[in-house]
Amino acid sequence: MTPILEARGLTKRYGRTQALAGLDLVAQPGRVVALLGPNGAGKTTFIRTVATLLHPDTGTLSVAGIDALRHPAQVRRMIGLAGQFAAVEAAMTGRENLEMVGRLFGLTHRRARAAATVVLDQLQLTEDADRLVRTYSGGLRRRLDLGASLVGAPRLLLLDEPTTGLDPGSRVQLWDAIRRLVAAGTDVLLSTQYLDEADRLAADIIIIDHGKVIAAGTPAELKTLAGDDVLEVHLRDAAALSGVAAVLATVGRDPRVDPATRRVSVAVDDGTRRLLEAVRALDHGGIAIEDLSLRRPTLDEVFLTLTGTSTAITGSSSGPEAA
Amino acid sequence: MTDASVITGSPLHSTPGRVNSGARFWPSAVAVAQRTVRKFVRTPQLIGLATVQSAIFLVIFRYIFGGAIDAGGLPYVDFLVPGFVTTGILFAGMGAAAGVAEDLQQGLYDRLRSLPIPRAAVLAGRGLADTALVTWSLAVGTALGFAVGFRLHGSVAAGLAAFGLCVLFSFAFEWVFITIGLVAGTAQAAQGMSVLLTLLVFVSSAYVPVSSMPGWLQPVAEHQPVTPMVNAVRGLAGGPQVEALLAHTTAYYVGLSLVWAAAIVVVFGVVAAVRFSRR
Repeated sequence: MTPILEARGLTKRYGRTQALAGLDLVAQPGRVVALLGPNGAGKTTFIRTVATLLHPDTGTLSVAGIDALRHPAQVRRMIGLAGQFAAVEAAMTGRENLEMVGRLFGLTHRRARAAATVVLDQLQLTEDADRLVRTYSGGLRRRLDLGASLVGAPRLLLLDEPTTGLDPGSRVQLWDAIRRLVAAGTDVLLSTQYLDEADRLAADIIIIDHGKVIAAGTPAELKTLAGDDVLEVHLRDAAALSGVAAVLATVGRDPRVDPATRRVSVAVDDGTRRLLEAVRALDHGGIAIEDLSLRRPTLDEVFLTLTGTSTAITGSSSGPEAA
Repeated sequence: MTDASVITGSPLHSTPGRVNSGARFWPSAVAVAQRTVRKFVRTPQLIGLATVQSAIFLVIFRYIFGGAIDAGGLPYVDFLVPGFVTTGILFAGMGAAAGVAEDLQQGLYDRLRSLPIPRAAVLAGRGLADTALVTWSLAVGTALGFAVGFRLHGSVAAGLAAFGLCVLFSFAFEWVFITIGLVAGTAQAAQGMSVLLTLLVFVSSAYVPVSSMPGWLQPVAEHQPVTPMVNAVRGLAGGPQVEALLAHTTAYYVGLSLVWAAAIVVVFGVVAAVRFSRR
């Protein structure tokens, strides 16, 4: 099968900033691919390159087998883009916005109207369709913006941080909408800085940092990168954190202490045995604990393991367990 | 899964991934223009404010400064109104620069540039729509002019020709404003840069005769586009009486102003197009 996306050695420099530093990736059709990385990792630059809005300095890029750098006009016929801002006209109704984009995709008046109706229904926007967008909430606007990228029934949908800035309810609604699209056969490339978003939506996750791919695979594959299991201790009293960390250092390597939630966690192999060892050691030390658990690593931990930074990446409101 | 079956059951979306032909140049330009016009029409406070501002401006010059300005024997109102209407283009057009900057900033142009349409059509649509909006404000300005006592002294045909010239000039200046909008970065910066263009308005024959300016400034006023534009419109509207006061014939100013307008369209049209399609 021809990959939906194939990038080789893409580089792009803005002044002193190397936005893409030799990015290589291959994405297969029929799957949601998530680009995951912190702010400034190069996610937006890559998406804009695929959307033919940017020309890379070096490298090659093909979209469904078409050379996107030589034939951008052909690529534009297959893609839909929803950027970080809701690029919809506030002084028009939802329906008018979609009809306008439909017209621009080359549909006749009648077909643009029909396509708008289908998309409004698909995104559960029918009720709000004939109100001016200036009266919409942020979540509605984003959904309409997603709708605008769908009127042309694109083969590849590009979503740049589709849920950034949305409240949890709106995020879930947008996720549902994206899932339904994928079920109907649209390929999706989305960028996100939320691990839970990538975990929930994507079949493949590509982690990028400093303009390069640093890991790629299914969520399950990536999770094994952070060790087999994670042993986590939740404390009642923050004063005992360093003591627990010292104990856990004897069963795994580099325990991670999170004072804010009073948790200490450590990656371990042979989880069950280490759990017992830890329980004994904690008991021996007389440390009072709230909770002790053995679980699979989260993508947060994968990310920390791979990049060594946690800044801006755990911005999602839900903790690791909730994800 | 009922939703998914709705999608797959639809004849339109039965084959996601079909290739879109994309709209051709004019339909694209019209769709883009329609949006700009709708935005304007549906923001009544914008229209009201612009009208009130230009009325205040006209009244100040007509009744406050007017008495102190010697228009070479011509009633000042007949001297003023053609200049007021013509240069109103530059005030009314400023909104376009801010509007373009805003569209760019808010990602609308990213969406449009990712669509299978000729990119030049996006700019053409914007230019046409804004010309239409400025034409509306030209009509308002003209009506205000008649209301404060201005009268045509040439033929009605010449008066209409003067109005037509103003529409052409506004189309030309739209490209300056679009270019400003594209390079400014933010709407505020675009607004600030366009305000600099008011220098062209005041260092011209629009409100005072150039001969009343200091000697070093006169060549500047004579050799910038607004002066021949204003003179052409004034000559057409004022008839022989006004033509006698001008250094050249009305035909000369019409020709010169058209050359200026064409040059502005070519230079700024190209700059805007290059800037817009830059990747």
